[in-house]
Amino acid sequence: MTAKYQVKITDVALRDGMHAVRHQFTVDDARAIATALDKTGVAMIEAAHGDGLGGSSVQYGMAKETEADYLQAVCQSVQHSTVAALLLPGIGTVEDMKRAVEYGIRAIRIATHCTEADISEQHIGVARKMGLFTVGFLMMAHMVPPEKLVEEAKKMESYGAQVVYVVDSAGAMVEDDVRARVAALRAALAPEVEVGFHAHNNLGLSVSNSVAAVKEGATRIDCSAAGLGAGSGNTPLEVFVAVCNKMGIETGVDLYAAMDAAEDVVRPRMVRPVIIDKPSLTMGYAGVYSSFLLHAYRAAEQFGVDPRDILVELGRRKVVGGQEDMIVDVAVELANRKKVLAGQGAQ
Amino acid sequence: MATKLQAAIVGSGNIGTDLMYKLLRSQWVEPRWMVGIDPESEGLKRAARLGLEVNADGLPKLLERGVRPDLVFDATSAKAHVRHAKLLREAGIQAIDLTPAARGPYVIAAVNLGDHLDALNVNMVTCGGQATVPMVYAVRRVVGVSYGEIVATIASKSAGPGTRQNIDEFTETTAKAIEVIGGARRGKAIIILNPAEPPILMRDTIYCLIDETGDDVYERIDQSIRDMVRHVQSFVPGYRLNRDPIYRDNLVSISIEVEGLGDFLPVYAGNLDIMTAAATKVGEEFAKHRIPVGQ
Repeated sequence: MTAKYQVKITDVALRDGMHAVRHQFTVDDARAIATALDKTGVAMIEAAHGDGLGGSSVQYGMAKETEADYLQAVCQSVQHSTVAALLLPGIGTVEDMKRAVEYGIRAIRIATHCTEADISEQHIGVARKMGLFTVGFLMMAHMVPPEKLVEEAKKMESYGAQVVYVVDSAGAMVEDDVRARVAALRAALAPEVEVGFHAHNNLGLSVSNSVAAVKEGATRIDCSAAGLGAGSGNTPLEVFVAVCNKMGIETGVDLYAAMDAAEDVVRPRMVRPVIIDKPSLTMGYAGVYSSFLLHAYRAAEQFGVDPRDILVELGRRKVVGGQEDMIVDVAVELANRKKVLAGQGAQ
Repeated sequence: MATKLQAAIVGSGNIGTDLMYKLLRSQWVEPRWMVGIDPESEGLKRAARLGLEVNADGLPKLLERGVRPDLVFDATSAKAHVRHAKLLREAGIQAIDLTPAARGPYVIAAVNLGDHLDALNVNMVTCGGQATVPMVYAVRRVVGVSYGEIVATIASKSAGPGTRQNIDEFTETTAKAIEVIGGARRGKAIIILNPAEPPILMRDTIYCLIDETGDDVYERIDQSIRDMVRHVQSFVPGYRLNRDPIYRDNLVSISIEVEGLGDFLPVYAGNLDIMTAAATKVGEEFAKHRIPVGQ
């Protein structure tokens, strides 16, 4: 009997998870995690700086290792899965992608804000010509209605994307949001183009939203061992696989191997627990890019303000992924406002 | 009244049109020709109404007819400019290139305006470069900069199809200018498009890793930054600091905002405004160099 649903899982602990460790994984960490993930049977393993190729920067955080060392360590440790890297046009370039291919990646995921798909044309086109498995990644997808997301997804399809992802970067979607977007893309894209879903657990819905996505026709789901990822983390691989097993969703992933990778390999390497705390819940609630979390903590401490105030203000200003510099600017503004108010109070 | 350089603007789109308005105010450069490729284009019609000689059959035909502008501003595309640069060079006509073609040396108006006055072709880098390289340079003239990184955030509406189809050109060219003109030993550039409505003003963050630290160094850098902001304001009045520069160990973080003049482009498109303002400034500098004093 064939399962009713079949999904291919991409584990993102070595990419999205980098946000949660301030991009400080070492080559040894990369080897250990990649080896453990490869044993689980996930279809794809994504590795890179959290902000993709070329992401190592003052803006997003300098990575511990060079891109070459990090990606080579992962590629050399993986025998079964396909290794992918992420690339955000505007941060990474076609040249970065070509170098990553030399390091051994076989797939690329090209990410843009959900309204800006046309900046990915060049990168998707070159990736296909190079024979890479090519995925389009529409971030912050909660910010636009399904019809608009379809327009942007069709652009990525026309450039050559083989999968288009609905990306809930802010962990802000509830089940109906996910269903409407995944169903709209599934109906609009050619049958040979897959639909994917990438969750963040800021509202505690990553597993159930991922299941909802599968039911609406998504065949690619992003997970992360132990949930390691930005904000409250991504869909925990081991939990999602357990749920899928119970529901008859075929993932091709070995549950125990996933548990082992999560608990024995990834969790000991966390620098802080990946949980739903006040700021990350605020992100899901206010619709703010999950990668802002640790930057907001740092700015809040430096300027003496509540990280939640920073995040809510960023949400109000409709800041998009990549605008980490706004965190400090908003923190400074809030601190100045506080000083003025305190001054008035003293008079 | 001094004689003005007679200039042609090639490219009757948004940039060319905004540039025309700026040049119409210039004491040194007169925009005499507007060159496009579509006789029905709004830009050509507008130029004709404002008294320019309009040509709808492109630059090569203009030159074939024996027209010899003193100066040509190219606001077409990198691809077109590669052809134009060759023709203009053969005709001995000075060209200011607003595309990313980079056939000539980089000019950042606020930094190396006077460096290439006799060059037949100069390149205006990118909008992000015009806005951020002056800040890197302002730090660099006080202290060594091992690394300069800029993040340019612009309104989605102000990024045209040319920018979108080749966004790597922006990051790579800007990064190079951070090194070559800004003086950082290594440069990096990031561009973010933000679709918020109403559109956001162009904002840029400039990070410099510096060779020396200490309050006296920070103080001198701060003065240099503020001097540079005032200097840029002399031709881009809407250029300003968002907040005081922040110093933390060897990191300087500067945040600026660029509000356009709104000549033709909306004020949020400060990224495009700083480009046309910088090109105007360079054209005027060429004119001051070429037109003898007292004429």
